[in-house]
Amino acid sequence: MAHDTSFETRSHVQHEYDREQNAKYMKNQVTQFAIMIFLTLVAFAMTAAGYAPNFIRPLVLLLAGVQVVQQLYSFMHMEDKTAPHIGIVQFFIWSGALIAFTFFVAFTTIIWW
Amino acid sequence: MDINQKFTPQNWPKHAETATQEGKNKFVGLWIFLASDTVLFASVFATYLALKDQGPVGMEFAAKDLYELPLAFAMTMLLLFSSLTSVYAMYHMKNYNFKGVQTWMAVTVLLGFGFLCLEIYEFNHYVHIGFGYTQSAYSSAFFTLVGTHGLHVVIGLVWISALIIRNAKRGLNLYNAPKYFMASLYWHFIDVVWVFIFTVVYLMGVLG
Repeated sequence: MAHDTSFETRSHVQHEYDREQNAKYMKNQVTQFAIMIFLTLVAFAMTAAGYAPNFIRPLVLLLAGVQVVQQLYSFMHMEDKTAPHIGIVQFFIWSGALIAFTFFVAFTTIIWW
Repeated sequence: MDINQKFTPQNWPKHAETATQEGKNKFVGLWIFLASDTVLFASVFATYLALKDQGPVGMEFAAKDLYELPLAFAMTMLLLFSSLTSVYAMYHMKNYNFKGVQTWMAVTVLLGFGFLCLEIYEFNHYVHIGFGYTQSAYSSAFFTLVGTHGLHVVIGLVWISALIIRNAKRGLNLYNAPKYFMASLYWHFIDVVWVFIFTVVYLMGVLG
């Protein structure tokens, strides 16, 4: 435990300001969420509409990719450069993504049945 | 500093979840775990893609006819909304509103439980029509992939419920703020994996 941590009491003005900032941040999160819901609806609607599968497949994959980045950077706060050891976090998660990608490539191109 | 020190909204730190060394360690540790979990899911995903529609000669099950989009859509909405409710819980944590944290975390658990019920219904339905775990390479790969995600949901539900119950009388402090925050991070990750499942398994499955 950090013994040298002290907790300053914010002034009334500062407190009100922080609350406002938090509310603003939350509003942004809700906007991000609305976009995610919209992308999900588009993906399901496109699939149900019955267009040519070869046309829809890359599109729904792209929509999924956009949603995942939104989740990582807004809901999971990877955009916060002041978070502790954010560099380690980014290094590990994107390395994981890279390894995941090689799995996909290997299993869908090299292996056959 | 006493770990059970009481705070007021005025002196509650801005980033309570990482205000202590323990919180910082948990933050990095959980992210490294999530990265390793990404690789775990990648392996079951890749296996599923390789074995999709593969099975004994004359197998009558194909992804095209098996999945039902309305059910997958309902499950997706439940999980997406549960992700948002846990964001609300973290918003209330910032404002040192413990009641808000508990309420929104409870809503998250309820939505997650609804998702789990639908998944159990779906699996049960498949087994009933003869698409059991040992039916084919395809069925094994499908149940392993979606079941691993389901197991993550179960663990998340137990985790968050335990937090809500254990801290009910404690109130918010620097001891449990990181705990709530990490549980919510983990829950978002479950949602991230589901985005890929509904796209790769259900949508691409229906496309054939």
